[in-house]
Amino acid sequence: MSIRHGLLALLERGQMYGYQLRAAFEESTGSTWPLNIGQVYTTLARLERDGLVRSLPESEAGQRPYEITDAGRADLTLWFATPISRADRPRDELSIKLALALTTPGVDVRAVVQTQRSATMRALQELTRLKYASDKPEDLPWRLVLDAMLFQAEAEVRWLDHCETSLVRYRPAPGRPTGHPEAVDRTDEAARR
Amino acid sequence: MSVVLELRNVHRTHGVGAAAVHALRGVSLAVRAGELVAVMGPSGSGKSTLLALAGGLDRPTGGDVLVEGEPLGVLGARELARLRRRRIGYVFQDLNLLGSLTAVENVALPLELDGVGLRAARRAALAALDEVGVAGLGDRFPDQMSGGQQQRVAIARALVGERRLVLADEPTGALDSQTGEAVLQLLRRRVDAGAAGVLVTHEARHAGWADRVVFLRDGDLVDSTAPLIGVEQLLSGSGR
Ligand SMILES: Nc1ncnc2c1ncn2[C@@H]1O[C@H](COP(=O)(O)OP(=O)(O)OP(=O)(O)O)[C@@H](O)[C@H]1O
Ligand SMILES: [Mg+2]
Repeated sequence: MSIRHGLLALLERGQMYGYQLRAAFEESTGSTWPLNIGQVYTTLARLERDGLVRSLPESEAGQRPYEITDAGRADLTLWFATPISRADRPRDELSIKLALALTTPGVDVRAVVQTQRSATMRALQELTRLKYASDKPEDLPWRLVLDAMLFQAEAEVRWLDHCETSLVRYRPAPGRPTGHPEAVDRTDEAARR
Repeated sequence: MSVVLELRNVHRTHGVGAAAVHALRGVSLAVRAGELVAVMGPSGSGKSTLLALAGGLDRPTGGDVLVEGEPLGVLGARELARLRRRRIGYVFQDLNLLGSLTAVENVALPLELDGVGLRAARRAALAALDEVGVAGLGDRFPDQMSGGQQQRVAIARALVGERRLVLADEPTGALDSQTGEAVLQLLRRRVDAGAAGVLVTHEARHAGWADRVVFLRDGDLVDSTAPLIGVEQLLSGSGR
């Protein structure tokens, strides 16, 4: 998640100081990405260094508001106009884990699949509950964020179901010819179950 | 909250000897008032079997099924039928609406069979249709309604009266996602109002409405989701 662009988008609404930015950020994403104030200030410092925001004189209460610059506005427009590259997303640890589980002796792959499925299902339950609870029109941005997470969790469960079905047919047979009679017997056994 | 449905070490075997199919192999499950449990599992894992046993539509070959503490095994056919009409709402995978009856007649039927007067049954049926958002379709026959509308009528029939246990087998079958969502919301609302519910589904999205999801594999309950946690933990634990 780009905190930089998140803050720029908020400053586009008008000038704000650190704590306001943090609150507005969390509000607009339904607290999905809690920010600590330190992250806000480091990001603001970098944005200022790059000329995308400008700090204004401190208020009497000692708060320093920031405003977006023209360069910042251009950067923000570009961000909205550019699709997010799949390569920028974190590596999918789960698929790597399953691939390794399949080839590591002594690992119960079905159990790995089931453990993950339970955990993902539980997340899905939580997300559904949150969505059910936020039905006001002004909750829309937050609901869309929830939907994105729901769709991702759903896709993961589907993929796990798919893995399980494939596993029933999978026969780890190092060195054993595929046409071996014993292997064939086992296939029949699995198909019956 | 009180346990409404309880399965104690339930077995269901079809056939005997070498040809025997073990549809359920010793399943235990308790569902409380106010709780919605989703049952997931691959095709043939025993989901519909479990639901049919819970609804008294089928009898176990071993173990006990109890509804509000009453073991179904000791009930005769008539008593069982009465218990099904009064306390159990069942949404079938294939709807099961009677084609010769209008929507309101379909919904009123279980009440009438139960001795409720015609007029009172009709009033309750109209209220149930209203609750599922098809109040205006009471006088239509099933073949004059869309699949989604029929589904709502089937749900109304399962929810009418004071059913304490609502059982639904893939109730969102042929529905688009919006209508499916609405059906689940109805189920959820009834459970929140104090019923116990069991939902059989293939769809993770739909199982997401449950308080607990259990997983069947080859007739065994192999896993269950942990109790729900707080929002904060969920958000800090994932999606970052
Ligand atoms: N009357 C019957 N005679 C023999 N076997 C049966 C009978 N009814 C069900 N079975 C078997 O019992 C097992 C469980 O069936 P069940 O209908 O409960 O599966 P399910 O989990 O609901 O599957 P699906 O997701 O496809 O609806 C299956 O292997 C099925 O073939
Ligand atoms: Mg079934």
